[in-house]
Amino acid sequence: MSKPNSYRAGPDVAGRFGSHGGRFAAETLMPLILELETAYRAAQADPGFRDELDYYLEHYAGRPSPLYFAKRLTDHFGGAKIYFKRDELNHTGSHKINNCLGQMLLARRMGKTRIIAETGAGQHGVASATVSALFGLPCTVYMGEVDVERQQPNVFRMKLLGADVVPVGSGSRTLKDALNEAMRDWVTNVDDTFYIIGTVAGPHPYPELVRDFQSVIGDEAKQQILQAEGRLPDTLVACIGGGSNAMGLFHPFLDDDGVNIIGVEAAGDGIETGRHAASITGGRPGVLHGNRTYLLQDDDGQIIEAHSISAGLDYPGIGPEHAWLHDVGRANYVSATDADALAAFQLCSKLEGIIPALEPAHALAHVAKIAPDLPRDHIIVMNMCGRGDKDIFAVAEMLGVKL
Amino acid sequence: MSAMRGGRTRIEARFARLRTEGRAALVSYVMSGDPDLETSAQIMAGLPAAGADIIELGMAFTDPMADGPSIQVAGLRALKAGITLSKTLAMAAEFRRHDTETPVVLMGYYNPIHAFGVPAFLAAAQTAGIDGLIVVDLPPEEDAELCLPALQAGLSFVRLATPTTDEKRLPAVLANTSGFVYYVSYAGITGAGSVDADTVASAVARIRQHTDLPIAVGFGIRTPEQARDIATVADGAVVGTAFTDAVRGSLDPDGKATATTVAAVLDLTRALAAGVAAAASEG
Ligand SMILES: Cc1ncc(COP(=O)(O)O)c(C=O)c1O
Repeated sequence: MSKPNSYRAGPDVAGRFGSHGGRFAAETLMPLILELETAYRAAQADPGFRDELDYYLEHYAGRPSPLYFAKRLTDHFGGAKIYFKRDELNHTGSHKINNCLGQMLLARRMGKTRIIAETGAGQHGVASATVSALFGLPCTVYMGEVDVERQQPNVFRMKLLGADVVPVGSGSRTLKDALNEAMRDWVTNVDDTFYIIGTVAGPHPYPELVRDFQSVIGDEAKQQILQAEGRLPDTLVACIGGGSNAMGLFHPFLDDDGVNIIGVEAAGDGIETGRHAASITGGRPGVLHGNRTYLLQDDDGQIIEAHSISAGLDYPGIGPEHAWLHDVGRANYVSATDADALAAFQLCSKLEGIIPALEPAHALAHVAKIAPDLPRDHIIVMNMCGRGDKDIFAVAEMLGVKL
Repeated sequence: MSAMRGGRTRIEARFARLRTEGRAALVSYVMSGDPDLETSAQIMAGLPAAGADIIELGMAFTDPMADGPSIQVAGLRALKAGITLSKTLAMAAEFRRHDTETPVVLMGYYNPIHAFGVPAFLAAAQTAGIDGLIVVDLPPEEDAELCLPALQAGLSFVRLATPTTDEKRLPAVLANTSGFVYYVSYAGITGAGSVDADTVASAVARIRQHTDLPIAVGFGIRTPEQARDIATVADGAVVGTAFTDAVRGSLDPDGKATATTVAAVLDLTRALAAGVAAAASEG
């Protein structure tokens, strides 16, 4: 494949990133999806929209998030210099708030009066419930029954924020089914409802607009690393569920040739066991949830349930722009197992005083793999996209600790 | 297969005949492989004699985003019993050996077709005597994927028009539609709502200004009375969830077919066909 002039030009007018992306949606939703695109283009052209978003990002979410040199982990691995982009310090505890604020402002511009969202780990659900409380709109969050069980603290948090949490009992009862159910709600309530999708997936223009709202991560990180080190990083590392925190970090660096980009998928029990959530490593292109991308599926095109210790990574697909970056070779996609992530979770807590979410613990697990063999002047920026408060009960159980 | 016997003509011939009879079509949905391959094949074989004019053969999918619980669960039953797209096509081919006239339209989602491969799928569908395709997640924006190749291959591509399809968009939705237009009577998922004949009548009138194709209406038709009301204002009444409910209601506690399963579906078909016929005698 020939190298494009820019890796940041996508998607095309049809919402494609190479052969991925698109608008594979039911007719009932299509007029709305087109209206969303029109509204988004108008918002992009309106400086007032950006100003308002920046206001809330700064004064409500607490941006910019710090870029922190993780000295003790760096010393521990004895190789590359490790920086964390501290998006776990955002209000609500993850990067999800960046996107929710953006989509909420868009929903208000469109005159929508009701919010729906899907959630896996509950972080996107909490962020959606939060912005709904902030702007006084009713919010319904769909969450798989399995995830409701393993993310109890976030379920209660959403309820405190005034959201309706609907447990989804269909299919595999995890994130993909929550997404199906949110789509079913949307198709039923097209007139008044805005669907805040939580990752860089779904029909065009969602992958694009979620990426744009998350790119604040990479934009800040670029300035911050230039200030700290006087140069760009050598390697970026981020975990991938649908891929929004990763795309937010990666996108501003895509045209910086020297920057090596690594996305870390969840390998669950191990790729070879078949019980994992690594769509690029273990999947094939297919069409689900409005776009073409790499999917975990059987020979007959039936979707295979994903498996991961992390509810936020437990998704059988990946955002279409990542699928394309993989195809053209601009980014590398690797994986980390449950056990690797659990070890990284504990190491980070002890050495840095930062309890990471299980999702970025996967990114850290890969950093742990590569950092020791890299030279001391090699700079890694890893997205610490969420804090682990939500995970402590689940982790305690896995470690056999009774609370 | 020659163009003469191709899918478009079988659907056209069916609607032409119904026009001379002065009545609308009963379009019956059967989920392929639900609750098992053998039973669904028996149901399919019995549908024409019970009064179904067109058969919509459901292709099971793990993630049917536009379907309510009844059709979701029917698909999962079929998958659990081992249905695949190849087996669905083989079942349609077997049906076609005994029935050369009843149109069969495959209905489902794109991914199983994508995985099969579009050219291979179209060839296999043609060989199996399939007449048309309804693929829920392929709007006109994605026509290059399957719609255009299907038309090229002589299969109909039946598009859904919905209450949200406005005047501006309607021509694009109808542009590559063939066989018939499927009007979805309410914004929502299958099995969730109830059809309103007056609203449907004005929607059908609106669509008629843009096309000469027959217009069938589905979503929310469960009873013979509703079928009659819709048959009065449209060229066809599509019934889906009522059939998957009938299958479910007939199963044993383990979800297996019983002696009443086939009869339950065919009895319902006869009742609905009587409803459609009643519209003709009134009209
Ligand atoms: C902290 C955190 N990181 C990552 C993810 C995965 O999503 P994405 O890949 O879109 O960033 C989630 C999802 O719930 C999350 O809560």
